[in-house]
Amino acid sequence: MNPQEHLYYYLAVSAALFMLGMVGVLIRRNAIIVFLCIELMLNAVNLSLVAFSSYLNDPTGTMLVFFVMCVAAAEAVVGLAIIIAMFRNRESVNISDINIFKW
Amino acid sequence: MVNEILFWLLAAFALLGGIGLITSRSPIYCVLYAIVSFFCLAGLFLTLGAEFLAVIQIIVYAGAIMVLFLFVIMLLNLSEEDMEARDMTTGRAFAYILGLVFLAELLYAFGSFPELGIAYTGPFTGKVEPLGEQLLTQYLFPFEMISVVLLAALMGAMAIAKKHKA
Repeated sequence: MNPQEHLYYYLAVSAALFMLGMVGVLIRRNAIIVFLCIELMLNAVNLSLVAFSSYLNDPTGTMLVFFVMCVAAAEAVVGLAIIIAMFRNRESVNISDINIFKW
Repeated sequence: MVNEILFWLLAAFALLGGIGLITSRSPIYCVLYAIVSFFCLAGLFLTLGAEFLAVIQIIVYAGAIMVLFLFVIMLLNLSEEDMEARDMTTGRAFAYILGLVFLAELLYAFGSFPELGIAYTGPFTGKVEPLGEQLLTQYLFPFEMISVVLLAALMGAMAIAKKHKA
């Protein structure tokens, strides 16, 4: 494989993972799984950042991934706290039941 | 050659993990599939030469965050009726079609990348030493700010998940 093809395959895997995460967010109704799918999308983007960082031999992309991971950890903690609070109020984590903002 | 085989294996398992994540009914299985996917991503980082990120990916994602997810799922003690049906509704079919169209679009866009003529300047080593040096020189301010973000998330999570007296 030449470097360009190499990069293309990594980007393709990244795109496919992002697509899976997006479809998951659209089809699942369990808030925890929707949240997991968002994590999957974040990881897919991380993969493409690392692939470009490796292709261009530039550590900037790697640093960006490092910060994305830190923010993702913070986001996971807050998101799961929100899900726990939601479960306390509604006895459910089904996002079809949480629809005050819908109308 | 070994690298190529490794890439295809890891990519296949990462995608299988993703498919398992969006199709299995039990939330616990979903988290386990996600762990498979994240481990394979760590392997892909290794094949790209980003050793530091591969280690961080395993510790932070496959370790800490996924354990947190498992804890929350066990804490909530979901019953059988919280599992979702898997019947094909119009909305779901539409979501799958949308996903495939989106993927085709992205692959087409990436296919035009060689025409941009951005030169290859690798190979890359994401070793700990140069990254740590950069982190404490060029990226010192964001590095310090991340600690504030983490502290805010910690306190916010405690405030949100606390039992409020009604």
